[in-house]
Amino acid sequence: MTMAANLARRLIGNRSTQILGAVNSSSGAATSVARAFCSSTTPITATLFPGDGIGPEIAESVKKVFTTAGVPIEWEEHYVGTEIDPRTQSFLTWESLESVRRNKVGLKGPMATPIGKGHRSLNLTLRKELNLYANVRPCYSLPGYKTRYDDVDLITIRENTEGEYSGLEHQVVRGVVESLKIITRQASLRVAEYAFLYAKTHGRERVSAIHKANIMQKTDGLFLKCCREVAEKYPEITYEEVVIDNCCMMLVKNPALFDVLVMPNLYGDIISDLCAGLVGGLGLTPSCNIGEDGVALAEAVHGSAPDIAGKNLANPTALLLSGVMMLRHLKLNEQAEQIHSAIINTIAEGKYRTADLGGSSTTTEFTKAICDHL
Amino acid sequence: MVVLSLRFLFIAPVFFEKYDVHGEMSRVPAEVMESIRKNKVCLKGGLKTPVGGGVSSLNVQLRKELDLFASLVNCFNLPGLPTRHENVDIVVIRENTEGEYAGLEHEVVPGVVESLKVITKFCSERIAKYAFEYAYLNNRKKVTAVHKANIMKLADGLFLESCREVAKKYPSITYNEIIVDNCCMQLVAKPEQFDVMVTPNLYGNLVANTAAGIAGGTGVMPGGNVGADHAVFEQGASAGNVGKDKIVLENKANPVALLLSSAMMLRHLQFPSFADRLETAVKKVIAEGKCRTKDLGGTSTTQEVVDAVIAKLD
Repeated sequence: MTMAANLARRLIGNRSTQILGAVNSSSGAATSVARAFCSSTTPITATLFPGDGIGPEIAESVKKVFTTAGVPIEWEEHYVGTEIDPRTQSFLTWESLESVRRNKVGLKGPMATPIGKGHRSLNLTLRKELNLYANVRPCYSLPGYKTRYDDVDLITIRENTEGEYSGLEHQVVRGVVESLKIITRQASLRVAEYAFLYAKTHGRERVSAIHKANIMQKTDGLFLKCCREVAEKYPEITYEEVVIDNCCMMLVKNPALFDVLVMPNLYGDIISDLCAGLVGGLGLTPSCNIGEDGVALAEAVHGSAPDIAGKNLANPTALLLSGVMMLRHLKLNEQAEQIHSAIINTIAEGKYRTADLGGSSTTTEFTKAICDHL
Repeated sequence: MVVLSLRFLFIAPVFFEKYDVHGEMSRVPAEVMESIRKNKVCLKGGLKTPVGGGVSSLNVQLRKELDLFASLVNCFNLPGLPTRHENVDIVVIRENTEGEYAGLEHEVVPGVVESLKVITKFCSERIAKYAFEYAYLNNRKKVTAVHKANIMKLADGLFLESCREVAKKYPSITYNEIIVDNCCMQLVAKPEQFDVMVTPNLYGNLVANTAAGIAGGTGVMPGGNVGADHAVFEQGASAGNVGKDKIVLENKANPVALLLSSAMMLRHLQFPSFADRLETAVKKVIAEGKCRTKDLGGTSTTQEVVDAVIAKLD
């Protein structure tokens, strides 16, 4: 692609978004966000954390696909440091966090979390500092990639800041440890509001709140109360409550029963990974973290796979699909759809698949196949 | 109701002291506790715990008072019952007394609630020892500890430490650890890699129900709650259908889980031949496929299934 053609594509792309923005004057806030992001001269700046292990390779893949598709994004890359930054109590520097706060949108590759070391986990740091309160993961069966479950189409929305992952533990006496699970009205309301709003804007019919309020009566009870309050404001959406052990069982027997699931932190972690397992694993799952003030950080949720790092074997699908979620958040729906279809078609065709999907292509071959499909 | 049917079934030298307990009661009645303490063995149907408040779960109460520290669920593929997953044979051993179910919650200020998860070395060691001993006595090859120690470093870290220490004493048994979210994912993708799993309270609940779901549903998995002196046998994983009046009225409840749990009870009481006879009969009925309740895709009533099992006992 020549430079001129690329520039022309970018300009046309921006202008069409502006035109659309002017037409949809009813959604005022959304328009101003779209206009703020796109102007005919400056592309959107987004923060990119390539991450560890296979992160840099798959980030390359994303950059290539986005450039080929003519997405008007300029990446600001940040890496995880090797020393603990005292301002953030973790390996992520203050500058990295400021970058996301400024750009309001970002894409993150996998970052390694060492077990039991006594400092804040990187992912937890990002969540707390950027106030990323909701983790959204759509899980749907990929046409063409067969797993034991064919009819999965659900979205898990997980409260991301409190609950069991507050990180507040202490040793009471030797051999006795307490860990605090915190549920607040504010955080529960916030995530419930987002869940119902998401359901409404994406045409979903049912929201299920997952809990264990029969045992944890006050904490999960409060979560449920907040969900019920929000549910009343959306009478057109069916609301139900499901106990978590029942939910696990129903998911493995008949996942088509679920539509949108909203839950506190720990259950969300487990359930969203369970659902990822139903459709093919973390290598295929997109995810997006929503923060206050319209911040969105899309991320690939799989691990950094140090054993295949640098060998051109990694599957970039998760990061690519997360990038698509990011584009949708930015209202660049046309390009999002384009890239999404290209990925789905490439996997469905089956000619180019990475090792984890049962094929033998390298990362670069797979990326090229997607670019060809655009 | 299922238990009623069972009484007619028992040709083994076992006498039942029958008690009616319901989920809405605020405490397990004293005479029931007395009876269990005296007899040391109990067979129990599901007790529904009302959601949302006021009543602390009777199931949890029983476990705490009798110190039934281990909850066992055996999830396996039944021949003749097709499921999406093959080669499933998992025993989930779950710590039953502490962890997230300590029941210690309070409101800090309006709108902010705290719940305490308590992990102690004593209980973690106890459950780890039970798990390894079980694996050893039942010729199991592998024990997997399920945890989230990368986030809950002190609490689950302590649990893992205890497991590791016990593992050293059983060099013939492979020991590994898996993070709970990965574990659930692996369960739905490759369940054959798991053998015995030892977990703290909450994860155990989820893992047991997931494993039960992939192997055929909670209607068929046997289980028990075991303590140092007492044992209560009940349906292994009992998500969802406990207390559903509609199922009771229409006689659709699946008795297989409780029947298999009774077989476990017979083994516990050292009547292995009776246990074998019961299990074989149940498996034959399932394998034949003619007599199955709704959750297994059939149309039989509870009584019909029990009658079929009685008929198959030889």
